[in-house]
Amino acid sequence: MAVSERGSKAVYHALRGAGVRLVSALPETWLVHLIRMAEADPDMILVRLAKEEEGVGISAGAHLAGMRSALLMQNHGLLQSVNGIVSLAQLYRVPLLMLVSDRGHLGERDAWQTAGGRVTRPVLDALGIVWGELADPAEADRRIGDAMTLAHSSLSPVAVLLTRELMWEDGG
Amino acid sequence: MRRADCLAAIYEDLSDCAVVTIMGAVAIELYGLGHRPNFFYLQHAMGLASSMGLGIALAQPDRRVAVIDGDGSLLMNLGGLSTLARYAPANLAHLVFDNESLLSVGGFPTATATGTDLCAAARAAGIAHARVVTDLETFAEAARAAIAADHLASVVAKVEPVGPSTFHMDLHLLENRFEFARALRSPARRA
Repeated sequence: MAVSERGSKAVYHALRGAGVRLVSALPETWLVHLIRMAEADPDMILVRLAKEEEGVGISAGAHLAGMRSALLMQNHGLLQSVNGIVSLAQLYRVPLLMLVSDRGHLGERDAWQTAGGRVTRPVLDALGIVWGELADPAEADRRIGDAMTLAHSSLSPVAVLLTRELMWEDGG
Repeated sequence: MRRADCLAAIYEDLSDCAVVTIMGAVAIELYGLGHRPNFFYLQHAMGLASSMGLGIALAQPDRRVAVIDGDGSLLMNLGGLSTLARYAPANLAHLVFDNESLLSVGGFPTATATGTDLCAAARAAGIAHARVVTDLETFAEAARAAIAADHLASVVAKVEPVGPSTFHMDLHLLENRFEFARALRSPARRA
């Protein structure tokens, strides 16, 4: 059982393809490969956050300055960022691409992830944030590219949930 | 020392910067001096002005960025100080007006009124060039130096808890947002 390198590579390729030049992230197990890829890429700015809500501000600043970015976080990071999402990204019409590891959903073994997993989709719905799941690496370019397109046409946050199927091998 | 006088003292120095202010008195006082397309007033999302400034500074390393923060806002994002220090954009100046209160919502004291030291916090977070100033002349000199410096610099200005009589701004936040983005997409005028 391990974090999927194949899934991580597909997501990173899609991010580059969507024109992302800055990734802000707070590490979690499923995101380790993605963060290392961003760190190793001389054409990517990686910002390691202390707290996920900062990433909303950083992405807003980068957008106003003309740079495409993405926020990489666990679903608990999404919960942590809600005020920034509402009172900056939504209030100020900021296209915000959020890649959210879908912890606490089907197959989760860690009890501490389950409360957040249960509310992730309802919270996104309550916020009026369009979201989609990404489970198949072959779909990554299309799904993440489409999410970026919608974020910019709607000037709104859009979330892609990185599922267990995509990010964790052997179904563990 | 009054914040309004501090802002007036450095108003011309802000003309070539991307300026991000917090909400409330800071925003209205800068706006009152004369709005410019390169001024962005963050009317909500307390704490994120410094994060926005970081995003702008990283995206446009050739443009000077000035974040005008306050004690109440900064206390809501102290972790952001560590992120600022970590990436230390050379083109960012972090100016913090500390009036030891949440002036815009009734003047309730913040923790800086009971001993929290934001300059020491900035230094401890790793911002080597951080100083506290208590008089107007020193503020103007320190703020100009921070804006012009080739390293991240923070200035904490201790100011009186006084503000404008009204917080009304005749500029919708979306108009400000789109105008600011256009201004940032024109070439930086100095490195």
